[in-house]
Amino acid sequence: MSTTHELVGIDETQTIQPGRPPVNVVYEWLTTVDHKKIGLMYIAYALIFLVIAGLEAMLMRIQLAVPNNHFVSPQFFNQLFTMHGTTMVFFVGMPILFGFGNYLVPLMIGARDMAFPRLNAFSFWVSAFAGFLLYFSYLGASGLYAAGSAPDVGWFAYAPLTAKVFSPGHSTDYWTLAVFLSGIGSIGTALNIVTTIICMRCRGMKLSRMPLLVWLYLVMSSLVFVAVSPLTAAQIMLTLDRYIGSHFFDTQAGGSAVLWMHFFWIFGHPEVYVLVLPAFAFVNEIVPVFSRKAIFGYPAMVAASVGIGFISLSVWAHHMFTVGLGAAANTFFVFATMVISVPTGIKIFNWLATIWGGKVIFASPMIFCVGFLFQFLIAGLTGIMLSVAPLDWQLGNSYFVVAHFHYVLVGAILFALFAAFYYWYPKITGRMMSESLALWHFWLFTIGFHLTFDFMHIPGLLGMPRRIYTYEAGRGWGGWNMIVSLGAIVQAIGLLIFVYNLLHSYFRGKPSGHDPWDAWTLEWSTASPPPDYNFAVLPTVNSRRPLWDLKHPEDPDSDYE
Amino acid sequence: MMQDANSIPPNSIPLAIAPETPWTLPYRGTVGMVCLILAESAIFIIFVVAYIYYIGKSLTGPTPAKVLELPIFGTVCLLSSSITVHFAVAALRKSQLSATTAWLAGTVLLGTIFLITTAREWYHLIHDEGLTIQTNLFGTTYYSLVGLHATHVVVGLIMLSLVLGFSLFGKVNHEHSEKLEVLSLYWHFVDAVWVVVFTVVYVLGR
Repeated sequence: MSTTHELVGIDETQTIQPGRPPVNVVYEWLTTVDHKKIGLMYIAYALIFLVIAGLEAMLMRIQLAVPNNHFVSPQFFNQLFTMHGTTMVFFVGMPILFGFGNYLVPLMIGARDMAFPRLNAFSFWVSAFAGFLLYFSYLGASGLYAAGSAPDVGWFAYAPLTAKVFSPGHSTDYWTLAVFLSGIGSIGTALNIVTTIICMRCRGMKLSRMPLLVWLYLVMSSLVFVAVSPLTAAQIMLTLDRYIGSHFFDTQAGGSAVLWMHFFWIFGHPEVYVLVLPAFAFVNEIVPVFSRKAIFGYPAMVAASVGIGFISLSVWAHHMFTVGLGAAANTFFVFATMVISVPTGIKIFNWLATIWGGKVIFASPMIFCVGFLFQFLIAGLTGIMLSVAPLDWQLGNSYFVVAHFHYVLVGAILFALFAAFYYWYPKITGRMMSESLALWHFWLFTIGFHLTFDFMHIPGLLGMPRRIYTYEAGRGWGGWNMIVSLGAIVQAIGLLIFVYNLLHSYFRGKPSGHDPWDAWTLEWSTASPPPDYNFAVLPTVNSRRPLWDLKHPEDPDSDYE
Repeated sequence: MMQDANSIPPNSIPLAIAPETPWTLPYRGTVGMVCLILAESAIFIIFVVAYIYYIGKSLTGPTPAKVLELPIFGTVCLLSSSITVHFAVAALRKSQLSATTAWLAGTVLLGTIFLITTAREWYHLIHDEGLTIQTNLFGTTYYSLVGLHATHVVVGLIMLSLVLGFSLFGKVNHEHSEKLEVLSLYWHFVDAVWVVVFTVVYVLGR
């Protein structure tokens, strides 16, 4: 190694000795407060739930593939869509994004850990417990004597279906408590991320020099405070209603079912942005590196992200056009919803401008980002269609809506997540993932995705309602549903290849070195995997791309910013 | 071309020109508490919205106008406790330890008096007026909003009493002033929420 190496005096002592008894390893992971280990536990836990909720989706697709099907019972089908939705949002989406945030944010701002390491561990374990609680309902929701039953009230659990009379037993309570606890965990982690970003940045890392990923996590976490807390409050109210007989959502006593809808969607819509902002964050980091250019329009990107954060708080009632809010409210929410496409459009143009004229390298992370760009655009376009209240009256609660939001959640967020896996896997494990398997994964998953979700729009346009258990032959929905279900199988095969790639590369992957992509942010300046302390000496930065400055001392970024 | 980057050794970043400009960032306790206050405010806003939404929508009595009385004494006590906790922080900053203990004791006392007035009000409403959380929408929203606030007062009092205990045993000194200030932020927040609750429940709601 060079002399520079000796100058900084990197600590070569191994913190993890090989050949320790497994008990010690388990103990270490259970008691860890290290942000990297907690981040990885978040990701692993989310992947397990991803498989479970994915299986639930497969069962639903088998049930809906042909008309008049009785593959599962109606009751079980209700539980399937409730559990699928709840799991995917609260126990896959949130934890996997918090996992990446936990792992990456301290590394990218040159810190050694999060601001509150023990709170970090607490938030993870409380979220993990919430997921366990939700699935324990299959065993215990009807009490000790009867067989259990999972929640079946839908993932937005509209009143008055959740009232004690209509939802006896404890299945809905499991749902309420699981979501409540996951909310506590989310707020704890969000608080931690914001505090870490504000208080733990290394010398020279001004706000205007932070990597865009860090900016987006700052906006996303701030959004969690104002989005998840209302849901927590609403869950308290629902629990009071169910247990001590208060009347918040009890229409018999003058309470309002619409109030629950407001409270839920005040959470529900910002939540979409809580999930999609980290996806933007990954794309912001990956696209420049593989286009060999600095990101186009950094200040505009920051402004657009903050703008999205604010506007997303004023769009919730576009989920409620069919309630009949009146012309004034409808008009407001139509315009607010349309306005949010402006900052989002700015982002898409900036990504395109970053790629434009770059020396684009189509490695696996970049390929998934390109998929993201196309699919996110289409998801946005159907979003604008649905934001028009009269069209929403026609399409509300149909499979068109289901197709639209899965385009966002799968086509955009999941694709960006895959890109993030391929991009940061070498940093996390020290090994590269297989590029040929990645290509198989990409093409199978993309084809399966388009088979499923492109064609899902059509039965929606033809009037097929969501959450329907089965349908008659001769409505013209059968063929479309068969294609949708076949697509789901193709996606599942793609996903299996991805999981195999994750596991196989861990043992057999090519060693990556600390900076395989020739990237520019601080996490690539330390070893792969990073040592417990992240940086032997805390870094100092002078620009947005500290590693560029280091590799090109003759032409540093700091001359231009 | 990609692999060339690995020739730069890990951890060589500090060699970048390090300007000796001062680099200070906010105290993490304060920022964390501000975040918590933000999240808590959102929770309270939802309960306040529910209260306002249901004003006058109860199908049966008793109504707020009939049974609620302005809790002036309790309010004065709670708001004064914001001042005393502020003086406690100021005293600790100047290392006046016995003054800190005294101001803390005053804060705990005033907070406890507030809780007692709330308890007496609830006793009156439940025992004399027959208003419970099950009676009507007013009961539902009143007990949950005031109860949520009272819960926050209890949490604050537990933390303040802990500090008071440490302080009595001489374990609190100047270096804890930042931490006490974080706690005082929480207490100010609880007081500010009461101003909103007071306005909504006892002024608008009647």
